Amino acid sequence: MNGGLRRVLAGREAPVAGALLVVLAVTTAVNPRFLSDQGRFDLLVAIAITGLMAVGQTFVLVMRHVDLSVGSVLGLSAFMAGSAVRGDTGGSLLVALLVGIVVGVVAGLVNGALVAFLRLPALVVTLGTLYVFQGVQALLTGGTRINADQLPTSVVSFGVTGFLGVPWLMWVCLLAAALGGVFLRTRRSGRDLYAVGSNPPAAELVGIPVARRTLLAYMVSGACAGGAGVLFLARFGGVDSNAGIGYELPVVAACVVGGVNIFGGSGTVLGALLGAMLLKTMGVSLSALSVPEFWQQAINGLLLLVAITADRIVLLRRERSARVEAARHRREQVDAGPALPTDGADRAGHDGVTTTEVVR
Amino acid sequence: MVDAEPLVRVRGAAKAFGGVQALRDASLELFAGEVHALLGENGAGKSTLLKVLAGVHRTDSGEVTIGGGPFEQGSTRRSREQGVAVIYQEPSLFPDLSLAENVFIGRQPVTGRGAVDWARMRRAAAVLFGQLGVDLDPDRPARGLSIADQQIVEIAKALSTDARVIVMDEPTAALSASESERLLDVARRLRDGGAAVVFVSHRLDEVFALCDRLTVMRDGATVHTCPVAGTDAGEVVRWMVGRELTDLFPKTETTPGDVVLRVRGLTTDGVFDDVSFDVRAGEIVAFAGLVGSGRSEVVRAVFGIDRYDSGSVEVLGSPLPPADPRAALARGVALVPEDRRQQGLFMPASIARNTAVVVLSRLARRGVVRERAERELAAHWAQRLQLRHGGLDQPVERLSGGNQQKVVLAKWLATDPRLLVVDEPTRGIDVGTKAEVHRLLSEQAGQGLAVLMVSSELPEVLGMADRVLVMREGRLMATLDRAEATQERVMLAATGQASVAGEGSAA
Ligand SMILES: Nc1ncnc2c1ncn2[C@@H]1O[C@H](COP(=O)(O)OP(=O)(O)OP(=O)(O)O)[C@@H](O)[C@H]1O
Ligand SMILES: [Mg+2]
Repeated sequence: MNGGLRRVLAGREAPVAGALLVVLAVTTAVNPRFLSDQGRFDLLVAIAITGLMAVGQTFVLVMRHVDLSVGSVLGLSAFMAGSAVRGDTGGSLLVALLVGIVVGVVAGLVNGALVAFLRLPALVVTLGTLYVFQGVQALLTGGTRINADQLPTSVVSFGVTGFLGVPWLMWVCLLAAALGGVFLRTRRSGRDLYAVGSNPPAAELVGIPVARRTLLAYMVSGACAGGAGVLFLARFGGVDSNAGIGYELPVVAACVVGGVNIFGGSGTVLGALLGAMLLKTMGVSLSALSVPEFWQQAINGLLLLVAITADRIVLLRRERSARVEAARHRREQVDAGPALPTDGADRAGHDGVTTTEVVR
Repeated sequence: MVDAEPLVRVRGAAKAFGGVQALRDASLELFAGEVHALLGENGAGKSTLLKVLAGVHRTDSGEVTIGGGPFEQGSTRRSREQGVAVIYQEPSLFPDLSLAENVFIGRQPVTGRGAVDWARMRRAAAVLFGQLGVDLDPDRPARGLSIADQQIVEIAKALSTDARVIVMDEPTAALSASESERLLDVARRLRDGGAAVVFVSHRLDEVFALCDRLTVMRDGATVHTCPVAGTDAGEVVRWMVGRELTDLFPKTETTPGDVVLRVRGLTTDGVFDDVSFDVRAGEIVAFAGLVGSGRSEVVRAVFGIDRYDSGSVEVLGSPLPPADPRAALARGVALVPEDRRQQGLFMPASIARNTAVVVLSRLARRGVVRERAERELAAHWAQRLQLRHGGLDQPVERLSGGNQQKVVLAKWLATDPRLLVVDEPTRGIDVGTKAEVHRLLSEQAGQGLAVLMVSSELPEVLGMADRVLVMREGRLMATLDRAEATQERVMLAATGQASVAGEGSAA
């Protein structure tokens, strides 16, 4: 327990949670309406979509990959899910969710297969599919849009109601985070993702099915983006061809701010979710404080840089201290019992012990 | 001692990578309860053969059996299940994962509900480390672990699978004498426990101290197998290189010129203390001492990779800014680091590109790298260092371990430096090429290059150096001229078993 507590405090999540609390406190002090029931509800709704995608993105990032197509997947899924239940006022939310998730999983399979089997860099692949999925959506919608009056009430009300004061959308996000977090922490296959991201060639050598795990990670990221598409549909009561455009970078930023290493190997779903919360809360709070949009962007960017720099510094510090410690440790061992190679290569002809120069 | 039936038998194995025939006719018999040395020059095919057993590669032809039955090839997981554990030549730990998880990755103990049982895993790892006689915290991440401890974790990994065949591909290449000794002990214990241990090393003294039998490979084929007793180093080297080796340490006599490097009072708290020395043009100065005595740390600080707390470094009479490797480079200082795989190479890039990368600016004209110049440069050095490769366009990750080392050397020699700092110049390099590297360094020194090297191989130090700096526990204990440097004196100063250098004068 004690060790657990120490791990929490030493972990990367604590400072993010702390920053989040500070932002909440400061904004509430300046603008008490910020955390009114309605204010809180709106904030959580805003977090849910980015948060859900950040959960999926974590799976990919810890493997030293990235999924830039999530915004397009969101748009495509929102549209496909919307079409599936369009015009059917009694239509089911579950159908929409199912369709959205399946669309996401298929998109993830495409990404994963390209990365895993063609061994193309994830950045390039998912940048490509970002446009491809967008194109598919444009092709399917043909410029049309889906409006709230065409959607089942179950879908629309899902976006504006909640349970225990927490929006349904956020419950979806939390559920995904809980499942994802438990999977990454406790399942062997979840641990494999970290191993692959930590040292890809070594993962092959120890027999981790790297291609399968890559597929899995992209499918999870796709499923989350697909699910987020349905949340989007519910939240905005409709979808047009611009849905999801530009969503990918805030998602990656949320993960990085939350301590997910873009170079793979470390980071948690909890961290990513906290990162999403921090970024979204900052955004909303800056609006609440009437800071212009431009500055909001700049501040988000700054936060990202601070997070990356802090991580980097901590890493370098650790490596340095590990090296110094290793040097000390070795010396202790040397004291314990020296043994020099004795493959006699003594050059004959010199005896008598003298030293020309003893360095001060 | 040795059973009649071999536990593993490889017969006539062949394996080609594209146009490179890595194995032609490799055979190997391993018996339970023996340590078997696998020897051969860089690129002879040792690692390739072992990776067949590891399940990384599949032979094109040939027969492999284990325990009398056919060996199922091509899957690292299946290899493990068939009782083979491999400690690879390239480091293969996961820096972000805990040591415990590194040992058990993919096979973590789980609870009834399929969740990783962290507590049990930690305990199991601690038990394994205990068996190996090391005090490692199973919870710490593998990042920053010393190479010796990394090897221990790899061995713990092998132990945890109850392997009957344990393959160690150059496990001691980066270890100090005492660390190697510890590892050899572990290998003996594994053998006494009934395992078949394969041991690859370019250090023949270890082979003779540890192994029961040996197999020598040349150009992808097995050329000789025999018991270790009854043969000697000379004979083994002849089998390896197919010719007689002469003059292991060719030394060109030179008259030292101006002082190129002047180091005074260099100190990093807890690592090294008050180190002062000079290196002149045309001189080879060697740091001797035990691994861990602070030698590598000193040269890293001199070159600017690490910060130092106090002291000064001057190159050609003017001070070199601390912690600025670029400045050092610009002033004609080149460092061939100890940890070459991590710090020396762009694995996916070609041999030519890797060789030319530091001198790119010189080869570039209006920003365009001249490929021909790059290739010519690489070809020159490939030939000098007897690089075994399948074309200069080949990515370095496909070279054998020793040949990768040669590319790093080539890269720095190609910069045509005033001062070359080499940490362990011949680590992982076979006996034949070692002599070539020595000849090369000597020759360059003869032309006015100042060489500062760190070496754990005493014969190399004694054979090459004009001056020997002996370090112990972070201190420079003695500076011995070529004429005075004998094995005993260096050892005495390095181990402190007798007072050689007037220690009273140490600050
Ligand atoms: N994946 C690969 N692709 C292409 N060529 C390869 C590959 N792996 C090894 N080779 C080639 O096969 C030959 C044998 O290499 P191997 O690694 O088995 O040598 P080695 O005996 O272990 O040498 P060293 O002592 O340097 O480690 C080399 O010429 C090497 O370039
Ligand atoms: Mg090898």
